[in-house]
Amino acid sequence: MGHSLSVRNLEAWYGSNKTLKGINMEIAPNQVTAIIGPSGCGKSTFVRCINRMHETLPGTKVKGEILLDEESIYDRDPVALRKMVGMVFQKANPFPSMSIYENVVAGLRLNGMKNKQTLHASAEKSLRMAALWDEVKDRLNYSGMSLSGGQQQRLCIARALAVEPSVLLMDEPASALDPIATTHIEELIRQLKENYTILIVTHNMQQAARIADSTAFFLNGELVEHGPTSEIFTNPNDKRTEDYITGRFG
Amino acid sequence: MSKKTKLTASIGDQTLRLLTLLMAISVLVLMFWMGWQMFQSAGPSIDKFGFGFITGRVWDPVKEQFGALPFIYGTLMTSLLALLIATPIGLGVAIFLNEMAVTKVRMVVAFLVEMLAAIPSVVYGLWGIFILAPWLRETIQPALAKWFGFLPLFQGTPLGFGMLAGGLILAIMILPTIAAISGEVMAAVPNEQREAALALGATKWEMIRIAVLPYAKSGILGGIMLGLGRALGETMAVTMLIGNRPDILPSLFAPAYSMAAVIANEFTEATYDLYLSALVEIGLILFGITLILNVFARLLVWSVARGPKGGIS
Amino acid sequence: MNDRLRKYRNTMMMGIFIVATLIALIPLFGVLGYVVINGISALDLDFFMNLPKAMGVSGGGMANAIVGTLIMVLIASLIGMPVGILAAIYLTEYDRTSWLSIAVRFATDVLTGIPSIIVGIVIYTAVVLRMGHFSALAGGLALSIIMIPLIIRSTEEMLKLVSQSIREAGYALGISKRIIILRIILPTAAKGIITGAMLAVARVSGETAPLLFTALGNQYWARSLNEPIAALPVQIYQYATSPYAEWHQLAWAGSLVLILMVVILNLIARFAFRSRSN
Repeated sequence: MGHSLSVRNLEAWYGSNKTLKGINMEIAPNQVTAIIGPSGCGKSTFVRCINRMHETLPGTKVKGEILLDEESIYDRDPVALRKMVGMVFQKANPFPSMSIYENVVAGLRLNGMKNKQTLHASAEKSLRMAALWDEVKDRLNYSGMSLSGGQQQRLCIARALAVEPSVLLMDEPASALDPIATTHIEELIRQLKENYTILIVTHNMQQAARIADSTAFFLNGELVEHGPTSEIFTNPNDKRTEDYITGRFG
Repeated sequence: MSKKTKLTASIGDQTLRLLTLLMAISVLVLMFWMGWQMFQSAGPSIDKFGFGFITGRVWDPVKEQFGALPFIYGTLMTSLLALLIATPIGLGVAIFLNEMAVTKVRMVVAFLVEMLAAIPSVVYGLWGIFILAPWLRETIQPALAKWFGFLPLFQGTPLGFGMLAGGLILAIMILPTIAAISGEVMAAVPNEQREAALALGATKWEMIRIAVLPYAKSGILGGIMLGLGRALGETMAVTMLIGNRPDILPSLFAPAYSMAAVIANEFTEATYDLYLSALVEIGLILFGITLILNVFARLLVWSVARGPKGGIS
Repeated sequence: MNDRLRKYRNTMMMGIFIVATLIALIPLFGVLGYVVINGISALDLDFFMNLPKAMGVSGGGMANAIVGTLIMVLIASLIGMPVGILAAIYLTEYDRTSWLSIAVRFATDVLTGIPSIIVGIVIYTAVVLRMGHFSALAGGLALSIIMIPLIIRSTEEMLKLVSQSIREAGYALGISKRIIILRIILPTAAKGIITGAMLAVARVSGETAPLLFTALGNQYWARSLNEPIAALPVQIYQYATSPYAEWHQLAWAGSLVLILMVVILNLIARFAFRSRSN
């Protein structure tokens, strides 16, 4: 089951550049929340704060609070936290030295899981959830790099799912894919929300409208507006949101 | 509110970090330790001869007299000769590889030039003794003496072994260094520069002269300095070809001695401490010179590789 | 300026560069040709199986020198590769920008640039003098000092080529940094690291100067790592500078073996590993 997230007054810096200026946001469990906004608005930084990936870059700083299921993520070990909060990146990044199978179970195996049956079961389950099983079940030992771009991205989703997180962060997961692969991924996201809390960053507003239950609009490091997707797209409260979704800037 | 920005890490993580840190530091320590070790061992000689060690012309272990000038002279002469020969050829190779050759030719020739650098020094020495030196003695030196004999550089008995042979073998050995580093900095010249020159109607040579060489200038200079560094410290081939006589003679035909060669030849025969110490001091001087050369050379190469292109590290 | 003159000058300069390249390759083929011609006649099974004969007696081999070189290169690799690879991991994975890593990179450059005979001097004064005798250990140690900076440089380069997104993927799965480095990044860069290691092995197996007063050389088999030991390059040097034609013959044959080793290592490194990793 997905967990809820509660973000309180989150500020983040990259070098001397303040990329998040006090974000307050409640993210409901088992929903798809889309983050939209022009490039450089801080939406990527925002999701990267949630699994504490932002801090891994040199020269970065974070202030504020994020609660995952009522508990501060800063009280958790970042490595353990990331098992609960999975992430899928903009560009598919399978491990080049590993096969398809090894990629899927990498999170489990490299964290010490040795039981082969468990690993096999998890690999099949995750690949099925990622709607990739039928396409790769006969060549699990091939390199992950041998797959097409869309398949690689679904492999990365399967890899994230195998760890059994409760929250899934997706940073523009379909932006490097062709339309058909994008449809696949969107279909997948709709199915996954039954079990996961999903946060998806996207620059594609149609995509947000298609898949998200709620949508948040970021601008210049601030959260301008957050509400049910239908409301944001048809009847935004803020003038800036309206300007953005009607294509007047960005 | 906790605002830990530091990552907490497990014991295993700390162990690997510490282990790698230790190894990284050990490299730093190794450099200082080597300098210190030599400085200490050279102590007696430094105390006894002071600055006179560098200017002294007499090297006579029997009388406990140690002056390193003949070795410095032999080292400098052979290295300069090597630079004089290897620089234009090495630059030519670099230009050919970077600006002229098609991919396949470039791959093959670049590999061959790398092989030139991979041949062990002692094999060059062997080849020098039995092929190069006789050829110099019988063909090249008589011809040089005939045409340029009025210059003191080309006078005296053609022996084969001597500064000419040492310089030539060094030229062969440092050529790949100069070619490789010059090629590297030429490759770092942005293509827009070349296209800008070509668009103005420049011929290929004019393009190289206007757009490539000026841009790569300091990097090429760095490559030449690295080549010089290699020549100064090269031991085996020079030891086998220079003639090993601590004289300071103007003729390139004359036998001489280099700093590295005297260490190689006499180190295990140094029967008393001061003798050994004097040899170590020669090594220390070599260490110092090559260190300084390397620092400047790297700075020059870096400045080009980073250069206006930025962001490349 | 006259266009024809410019074209003519262009053709001439291009010609000069081609000629320069050809000149540069003459010594390569000169050396390889003579080594093969002179070496191959003395290269028989005896050469690989037997000890050298006494001065002036024909026949005999360099078995002890070949084994000696292998032993010392092995010692050097056992020290140099772990130190070099771990230091390179520090420079790429833990700390790319601080003054310490800059200083370590600088030291690496310095160590790459100093003459190899200096390493011989240092090991002689620090190890040989203290232990009281020349030894295979001292020789291997000297070679390892030459190896370390080479390994650091090549490994660092290869680790830098591993995309940052691979590291992030590891983090995002909740894998600890140590495991990411050891099980994901190193395997990804493995081909390149092995290539660099092979080139470093090729380089140190031909080194003579640092062995002259550490391993010293030996006409017989060394019975332990604690006594003087023969090495192929040292033996070539001693035979080349001796007055005996039989030994000259052996020197050529030894050079052929040495060059074959170096060339084969280079070829494997370049074509078996490098091409695929690109």
